[in-house]
Amino acid sequence: MRNPLLTDLARTVEPDRVHRTVYTDADIFELEMDRIFHKVWTYVGHESQVKSPGDYWTVQIGRQPMIMTRADDGKVHVLYNRCPHRGNMICSERFGHADKQLICSYHGWQFDMDGKVKAIPLAQGYQGTRLSVDDPACHIKPAPRVASYRGFVFASLAAEGASLTDWLGPAKIAFDDMCDRAPAGEVEVVPNCFRVIQQSNWKIFLENQLDAVHPSITHESTGKAALEVEDDIKRRSGKAPLDYHFLSAFSLPLPKWDGVQTINYPHGHCILQAYMGLRPRDPDTLEYERLMTKAYGEKRMEEILNVGIHHVLLYPGLSVQPPLQQLRAVRPLGVDKTLTEIWHFRLKGAPEAIYRRALGYYNLVNSPSTMVNADDLWNFWKCHQGLSSEGGDWVSFHRNAGQDDEQDGVIKSKLGTSEAPMRNQFRAWSQYMT
Amino acid sequence: MAKKKKAAPRKKAARPAKRSVPARRPAVRAKASVPAADGALLGSVERFLYRQAELLDGRRWDDFIELFTADGIYWMPASPEQTTGDGVPSIFYEDRNLMTVRMKRLRHPHAWSQMTAWGTSHLIGNVAIETDDRRTGELVVRSRFHVMEFRHDATRHFAGSYVHHLRRTSDGFRIKLQRVDAVNAQGPYEYVLQAWL
Repeated sequence: MRNPLLTDLARTVEPDRVHRTVYTDADIFELEMDRIFHKVWTYVGHESQVKSPGDYWTVQIGRQPMIMTRADDGKVHVLYNRCPHRGNMICSERFGHADKQLICSYHGWQFDMDGKVKAIPLAQGYQGTRLSVDDPACHIKPAPRVASYRGFVFASLAAEGASLTDWLGPAKIAFDDMCDRAPAGEVEVVPNCFRVIQQSNWKIFLENQLDAVHPSITHESTGKAALEVEDDIKRRSGKAPLDYHFLSAFSLPLPKWDGVQTINYPHGHCILQAYMGLRPRDPDTLEYERLMTKAYGEKRMEEILNVGIHHVLLYPGLSVQPPLQQLRAVRPLGVDKTLTEIWHFRLKGAPEAIYRRALGYYNLVNSPSTMVNADDLWNFWKCHQGLSSEGGDWVSFHRNAGQDDEQDGVIKSKLGTSEAPMRNQFRAWSQYMT
Repeated sequence: MAKKKKAAPRKKAARPAKRSVPARRPAVRAKASVPAADGALLGSVERFLYRQAELLDGRRWDDFIELFTADGIYWMPASPEQTTGDGVPSIFYEDRNLMTVRMKRLRHPHAWSQMTAWGTSHLIGNVAIETDDRRTGELVVRSRFHVMEFRHDATRHFAGSYVHHLRRTSDGFRIKLQRVDAVNAQGPYEYVLQAWL
């Protein structure tokens, strides 16, 4: 049966609860594609993924298969992955290098890396037709808007809208916090992308990212297991590698999470403050801090290393962990299927040991063998299944509702466990959708 | 084992030619295989690999971990071009301590995603001894695996090659390094891997 709320989406979202069908209704998902994912800025990739002219990476924006390319003039472009002739996909590999030009494998049309047509076989056949070879319709269509912030490339499929920096707002700290931590002020991608598919609606993942209640329950098993081994290693050899702490931190008792504040910005973006304590006093960290002081001066170095963020969520498609230099891009594949693409970055100018430390988190928490997300993904699937049930219509986001501090559109949660981030995400969802 | 007085002069392994473009999957270098007469050795290696597979399928994680040397590593590379798991992204790169975390998690009563029917079946084949260094007592063994997993009404398959670096010990073979390259390792994962392949 067609969802009666489809024609009145405003009724699906209340300040402290949402209707279950926003997660499960395939028609609402299609509207989300049009009204959210084809309008907002979507993270495409990092400039260092396409280091040299001719390099490309493919990416999905909403329903659209796109390509990020590096052109001869060094500029990064984002194009629709479609030959203007008969619609054949241009790049069928996920990434690669085109020697001199992009060539369509069907009829041999050739394009520069900026999408401009370079050669068409049997071009004389178009004489006297409605298509001339200098017609823009012969070029690969570019994304209407492309912008980059500190090397992170975004594209929007809407010609009009807020600029990238306006849209990011204060949440651009996701990239500042990551890049500032590099003595050279920038990061470089580690050329590996882990891909994990979740059998659930994309919003369930985003809500979970800043949900400070779930770790000590969902991840109890991993937190406790890591704590036991960490303690055992400490008993035997004095100190344990940070790898164990990455996992045992999930075993923080529930009341502790109340001390971890969330800050909620316009457009649904949110920040979860740090809780892991990632500034140990080992020789590697001290050497890193020496290089940072050399690059920035002591005062600025202290400012940078004390920013204190764990997660930044850029709604609706990106979850960034600046102090560990990793991010997860969210690509909805269907109403109940979501792909995450998981990347790691190197701090330019930082010692190898600092990269290796964060690599432990990438391998243990964010790889396809994750002991952490194993239980998250299971919850997401169960959530999606439960929301398909008619045993109840509403999803509750009541915890600490009405108790958060709001100023100029920025909502600071009173407690870390407040459901403020979810309420804030749906505030943005309503603005986009209705 | 009796100490051999005269070790056979070892041939220096030929260095692979440098490629300008990395091969998508490293070609298997043809190596002088261990003489066929040593069928007994091959048999004992095969039995060892079969036992490891049985331990995984039987969820005997303690015994599985015991198959590794104290400094043993289980490694599933993030890409087939990788030649070491040290300092690069990996799907698994676990020593015995990290394996113990994984085992303890799998056994914890609140490992929520473990509370569903789950089973695996490993088949091991094409076992070949690539090198047998009598001096160090270390063997390099290549084999193929096929793992079928059934979890919560869904079936997944993983298949590829194992390379076991085995050490001879008084308790039999122990694994110094196990490299696991699934041919589908780089595809998107529907769900994750909770245990070792």
